[in-house]
Amino acid sequence: MNETVDAVDGLTPAVDGERLHISGLLVGFVSGLPQLVFPMVAAIFGVRKADNPVLIPIVIAVVLIFSLFFRWLAWLRFQYFVGEHDIRVEKGILNRTARSIPYERIQDVSIEQKPLARMMGLGEVKFETGGGDGDDAKLSFVTLEEANRLRALIRSRKAGIAVAAPVDVPAPVEDDAHPIFAMDGKRVFVFGLYSFSLVIFAVLGGLAQQFDFLLPFDFWDFKHWIGLAEERGVSVNQINGVGVFAQIILAFGAISSLIFIGVATGVVRTILREHGFRLDQTAKGFRRRRGLFTLTDVIMPTHRVQAAIVQTGPFRKRHGWHSLKFVSLAQDSKQEANYVAAPFATLDEVWRIAIAAAIAAPDGDERMQRGAAKHWLTQLLFIVPVLLTAMAALVIFANAPIDRTTLLLLLLVLPGAFFWLDWRQYRFGLDDHQLYLKRGWWRQQITIAPQVKVQSVEIAQGPLSRRQGLASVRFGIAGGTMEMIALPLATAVAIRDAVMEKVVAVDYSAINQSH
Amino acid sequence: MTQNLATELTPLDPAFVTTTRIATAIGLLPFVVGAGVLEVAHVAPPGSFIVPMLLLYVFVAFTVPARKYRHWGYDMGTDRLRIVRGYMFYRDTIVPFGRIQHIDVDQGPIDRRYGLATLTVHTAGNHNSKVALPGLANADALAMREAIRAAIRQDSL
Repeated sequence: MNETVDAVDGLTPAVDGERLHISGLLVGFVSGLPQLVFPMVAAIFGVRKADNPVLIPIVIAVVLIFSLFFRWLAWLRFQYFVGEHDIRVEKGILNRTARSIPYERIQDVSIEQKPLARMMGLGEVKFETGGGDGDDAKLSFVTLEEANRLRALIRSRKAGIAVAAPVDVPAPVEDDAHPIFAMDGKRVFVFGLYSFSLVIFAVLGGLAQQFDFLLPFDFWDFKHWIGLAEERGVSVNQINGVGVFAQIILAFGAISSLIFIGVATGVVRTILREHGFRLDQTAKGFRRRRGLFTLTDVIMPTHRVQAAIVQTGPFRKRHGWHSLKFVSLAQDSKQEANYVAAPFATLDEVWRIAIAAAIAAPDGDERMQRGAAKHWLTQLLFIVPVLLTAMAALVIFANAPIDRTTLLLLLLVLPGAFFWLDWRQYRFGLDDHQLYLKRGWWRQQITIAPQVKVQSVEIAQGPLSRRQGLASVRFGIAGGTMEMIALPLATAVAIRDAVMEKVVAVDYSAINQSH
Repeated sequence: MTQNLATELTPLDPAFVTTTRIATAIGLLPFVVGAGVLEVAHVAPPGSFIVPMLLLYVFVAFTVPARKYRHWGYDMGTDRLRIVRGYMFYRDTIVPFGRIQHIDVDQGPIDRRYGLATLTVHTAGNHNSKVALPGLANADALAMREAIRAAIRQDSL
């Protein structure tokens, strides 16, 4: 079987690879049992009419044997090769995949032991390369000795090149270094005022839905609420009868209490999260500590920073408040993909931190270019036929007078204003080292990426942009995206070529592992 | 402009047309069967389902793959791989060897019969984290993988 596999596929040199440990089959089988429940239920449901109780255990046995058989097939078709320069993994029952992972690219080898595997002396080896799609390569399962052997082997292979590029270890943190950025209680409070949030209602609604069986009444029954009010001497008729002025006062009161709740929620949430915010610059990067009850302490090595995002909003911009985030492959927290270096800071503070991560502020707006306006205009023109159809429908089916229906064209003003704002805010540009992208008219942001950190460049044209001679340029950034739109094709090609010249000169593993 | 760019590109293996035709023909078969069933059920004048469906089937499974093939191309440079594809939605991607994380060579059952393979390179970027180049002769795909791997190694040393 083994020889025929290699001879037929010819994907790798005809060397015998290594197999996973056979008992790993059982571990995988047992941990995969929950997934079999559904097919089993389906199968039992299928034979339930047969009126034969013996059939059910037979069905269960067949499903189990099937699963075991396919796991065995997959095991048979799975091989890994420890080569001179790379680790190769070949797998697939029908669709064969041969993956090659060069040693230089392996960032980390992790060994994970879940309880069952641990009892059998097995471990799962994961090779992490920092590739974008997450599932790099996994050997589940090999014996613990083999796992340790592989890890030692890869470390020693990496050590060979590590003379020039030391393997990345978490930076030792000097305590009480002078923080590069910190927020006092007052700053956190002001930040909270800008963080208006009505999330409390979503949370209460969600809780009510979860636990409504505990409530003695139906939460969503508005008649019940009205009844409750009536018991206390308020009736709907009364509210209707108090007069316009009083109604306005009532509505005003309702809205202002809503605003108060929103602002208060924002302040509380912000204080919980940002209390004692402190960003230190360490030998290798940044260390951020924050939180009132849940303290977090997150380290970001400078060389892992792929891009910086500076953000502001329409209100906070008036007082010069911005936030700074770093894009990297690591995820900051569940809610936030990018590393928050400064959530609420002045531009001076923002650029001081960015410089420490080797990212410079754009030197003025003159380098930045606007997008071609026709890109937005065509989008606007697409709405016109929709409006014309609506007008025709109104005239024909609703007997509306034609001059009245032309008022519908006023609807163009809204998207028109939106597209105009979007066009006005959008800017792209590049200098000798960095790429710049400015977007968003409500949440305005500038993304700045050093050109050497670009992973790939793609020029894209849709059917419309092709006719207009426009194109988009998409930059692959580790952990983030950057897309310049509405460029003339020639500009797009020129930008791509300029960036490529910078990129090919430097190897990614070199810039991402050493300094 | 796109035409100029296309001239310097290497085309895919011509067998790509055949494999795509087979794959599309198999994939769309259920629709033809469905049209046939409706036809047999006599719900509409004879031929009102099966005729347009067969025309569409022939167009998608026979003409489209040949067109697709014409719009694919790649260029294997000394330090970068360029992949161009699509007409309606044109994509021109360059991946520098120095940014490639790992390399896959895949063969499906149809590919294997015609000696084809798909080369996929993975980068760390969120855009284009995988870039696939289908329809390569298996030997070419393997040679490209070795060349890229060698380039990566050289770069890192």
